[in-house]
Amino acid sequence: MKEYRTINKIAGPLVFVEKTEPVGYEELVNIVQSDGTVKRGQVLDTSDDFVVVQVFESTAGIGRDSGVRFTGETIKMPVSRDMLGRILSGAGKPKDGGPDIVPEKRLDIGGAAINPYARQSPADFIQTGISTIDATNTLVRGQKLPIFSGSGLPHNEIALQIARQARVPGSTEDFAVVFAAMGITKEEENQFMADFERTGALEHAVVFLNLADDPAVERIITPRLALTTAEYLAFELGYHVLVILTDMTNYCEALRQIGAAREEVPGRRGYPGYMYTDLASLYERAGLIKGLKGSVTQLSILTMPGDDITHPIPDLSGYITEGQIVVNRDLHRKGIYPPINVLPSLSRLMNNGIGEGKTREDHKKVTDQMYAGYAEGNDLRGLVAIVGKDALSERDQRLLEFADHFENRFVRQGHDENRTIEDSLDLAWELLATLPEELLVRIDRGLIQKYHPKYRKEA
Amino acid sequence: MEVKGNSKGILKRISGPVVTAVGLNAHMYDVVQVGDEELMGEVIRIEGDKTIIQVYENTSGIRPGEPVANTGLSLAVELGPGLLTSIYDGIQRPLEVLVSKMGNFIERGVTAPGLSHEKLWEFVPVVKKGDSVVAGTVIGEVQETNILTKIMVSPRSKGGVITDIKSGEFTIDDVVCTLDTGEEIKMMQVWPVRVPRPVTEKMNPDIPLITGQRILDGLFPIAKGGTAAIPGPFGSGKTVTQQALAKWSDAQIVVYIGCGERGNEMTEVLTEFPELEDPKSGKPLMERTVLIANTSNMPVAAREASVYTGITIAEYFRDMGFDVSLMADSTSRWAEAMREISSRLEEMPGEEGYPAYLAARLSEFYERAGRVETLNHESGSVTVIGAVSPPGGDFSEPVTQNTLRIVKCFWALDAKLSQRRHFPAINWLNSYSLYLDTLSKWYDENVSPEWNGLRIWAMEVLQKEAELQEIVQLVGSDALPDEEQITIEVARMLREIFLQQNAFDPVDTYCSMEKQYDIMKAIKNYAVLAYGAQKLGVPPTKITTIAAKNDLPQVKFMTEYKEEVARINKAMETEVGKLKEAYQK
Repeated sequence: MKEYRTINKIAGPLVFVEKTEPVGYEELVNIVQSDGTVKRGQVLDTSDDFVVVQVFESTAGIGRDSGVRFTGETIKMPVSRDMLGRILSGAGKPKDGGPDIVPEKRLDIGGAAINPYARQSPADFIQTGISTIDATNTLVRGQKLPIFSGSGLPHNEIALQIARQARVPGSTEDFAVVFAAMGITKEEENQFMADFERTGALEHAVVFLNLADDPAVERIITPRLALTTAEYLAFELGYHVLVILTDMTNYCEALRQIGAAREEVPGRRGYPGYMYTDLASLYERAGLIKGLKGSVTQLSILTMPGDDITHPIPDLSGYITEGQIVVNRDLHRKGIYPPINVLPSLSRLMNNGIGEGKTREDHKKVTDQMYAGYAEGNDLRGLVAIVGKDALSERDQRLLEFADHFENRFVRQGHDENRTIEDSLDLAWELLATLPEELLVRIDRGLIQKYHPKYRKEA
Repeated sequence: MEVKGNSKGILKRISGPVVTAVGLNAHMYDVVQVGDEELMGEVIRIEGDKTIIQVYENTSGIRPGEPVANTGLSLAVELGPGLLTSIYDGIQRPLEVLVSKMGNFIERGVTAPGLSHEKLWEFVPVVKKGDSVVAGTVIGEVQETNILTKIMVSPRSKGGVITDIKSGEFTIDDVVCTLDTGEEIKMMQVWPVRVPRPVTEKMNPDIPLITGQRILDGLFPIAKGGTAAIPGPFGSGKTVTQQALAKWSDAQIVVYIGCGERGNEMTEVLTEFPELEDPKSGKPLMERTVLIANTSNMPVAAREASVYTGITIAEYFRDMGFDVSLMADSTSRWAEAMREISSRLEEMPGEEGYPAYLAARLSEFYERAGRVETLNHESGSVTVIGAVSPPGGDFSEPVTQNTLRIVKCFWALDAKLSQRRHFPAINWLNSYSLYLDTLSKWYDENVSPEWNGLRIWAMEVLQKEAELQEIVQLVGSDALPDEEQITIEVARMLREIFLQQNAFDPVDTYCSMEKQYDIMKAIKNYAVLAYGAQKLGVPPTKITTIAAKNDLPQVKFMTEYKEEVARINKAMETEVGKLKEAYQK
């Protein structure tokens, strides 16, 4: 393979190489330093005169004396069934001291878009054991549902609890977890790894770790390696794969860093104008395909800078993903775990996965009623601060209490408390029973008589 | 001067979806084939010997030095029998065919014609030998689905006298009609997407597009041939609203463009539409629908083209004399595609990095809507309803603002409403329709002479409630004067009974104008009774809690509701009457 020594400019993660033979766009590049170290990169711009290479590792040590080799192919990921149970670096190299992956296949990490015509509508209810997800923001197989959190909030615990407990009730199919960490700290890594080992989840997992002190640019490929692996496990081997990506905010920062190094015209807050398309090329890699057994479900975690949901990262994510689970600082301060605020949370595919034959016939209406009650009770808290509780009408006082009960009994649960959907819905009825029956306008009479604790006791 | 032809060039530079070629003799917007794999692209800039091309497919692995060939044609769509029930990507490749050619994932370098060139269609002529025809004349009909589509003379034809016309089964490539000028007419037309199809005249839009959605038909109606924007932050129900409109609007043809949106959503449309019935024809909704799906992870240049592909198909059906409604979800993604291409071209950016021509492109697009007199002197329309996804829900951003300057209806979605599960989450205070005046005559004649008055009354009550809410927030509702407490209750009924509509309930998902009128009228009846009783001194808590009106919300879910409404009206009268008697004594 021809080696060029025509590096002309190095800026941040970008290396500019002059006068090469024709080089393909997005081709994989090896850069050989004078000490023999080889670093990997990818072609971002190619022409007769110069080639721009984005290096996935630190550019420290690369100089004009370094050699550049163009491999003639785009980045491929070696994949195999034996990857289950392995821990890999953010660049896909073994990190657990084990042998190299013997590839059954080598796949392009870019991943082609699933033809919408070939997709199958997601409709299988996944029970996570967490009431605020199962009952009010139901996750279904093939969905992409991110957790919007903030720094210092227990999103990792929630993600772990979901990874531990998530099951399709009554199903015994093969499942796997693909976990990709981008820019997380060593401590967080330990937390994840300890939990995976404790629960034996590692056997079913493939772990990609890009830590906070690993090169930021490597974060650009980490999620793509993870998703390529997930697609292989799902669509070729028939596994139901849950992909956890954390933390997408670090990924977006890396994207911005490269955009700035390329001197691109920035979009909002300095993030590149193509960030929506770029994020979509990750998030859209979830779903089911007609006629194939497996599925890819995505649970990505992102920390909202300044808890601001309108920040470009959560904002663009929310436009692509099928809903969001919002972790709330006020609830966390009140000591409630998991501090999920159901009001801004949403699962767009919920209606496909619930109801008779899937969860329970009363599911949708009970949820709507809880939302309405909690929203109103929550609003009243502002009023109480001004006029005092005594000035409220009887109805309003009940709603106010309902909001408190909702947080303390429905939202709050233990780290290892795994509630079935029946548990969650029955708990919901218990809380709704504290309200006068005429306030339950969103539930038909028939369902009230069947499920309301008052009538159940009589029966 | 070189003559225009299929000249060849060489690739010089590749940067994402934008590539540069040299030595190519091209014109703006010519379609070119890029690289050894012949990827489809379009010329978007010419600089000296350099031709800049946007490529509709992924350019990974393409190298400088590979060939580029100019087809000399503009990006065009195939129009003819077979469009209905199809699902296309942004450049009219049928997704169903792509699955059979390249599997479950979209690979590149595969071409597929928009229409089947093998399928035979039964052509029934409506003109005869010796008739003279001009551009746009309907010469025959094809029973495509349950919809009878027309075969027309091309808008670019000079016309002539028919020397031969056939009848029977033909493919879209067969000649079905010959003119004395030697022109041969086939069932298929090819039309460049960036050029609006000509019409005789644009007419005033004075017929409403009935959508079956109470808040739209009732408060903020759109005319057939009108334009509307649905802006809203994520999770506020843009897509559900767009889909409800695609399902229930009384257009004969629906073109739905999923532009840069979620793959699963398009799949949902694909699985749901064939099962849902058109409320008028009773046939599956899919039979009147053309879908264009260029999801967010499909190539960005094809996303830019998808909107033009969609509107050209819509115009083609309009030219047959149909009322067409076109939903574009979402125009923001289209604008972002423009931004991305523009930034790769290193153009001077306008606001927030969008190109300076953003406003011009948006207005050109929306201006292709309208109710028209077709070349065949019939009336047809294209109604355009565009979703807008403003970053952070901030309506002051460039796409929303530039859209609002053009469209006549503004249906503002509100995340607060959707959080409390008020659906459709259209904010009744911020939304508006500029068609109210032109449509009022239609409502007078077709719904009830009272209708326009009722609508104005309802808006007044809702506006009043908004003002009162500010006070209630401070002092609680008990502190309001008696009359205002009734206003609050009437407004609550308007919100919860009239405005809220359950898109997932089989009955409530579509509400006829007659039913809308009856529900609104019942609420007004209650208001009149309530204010009357309050003037006689009945305490508002008694009036606002009468049992008779509690049954009114259930009416929404009933198909045979007339008797029930009559019963409720009567019961309200009796109950309030009793209250009045009690307090008069």
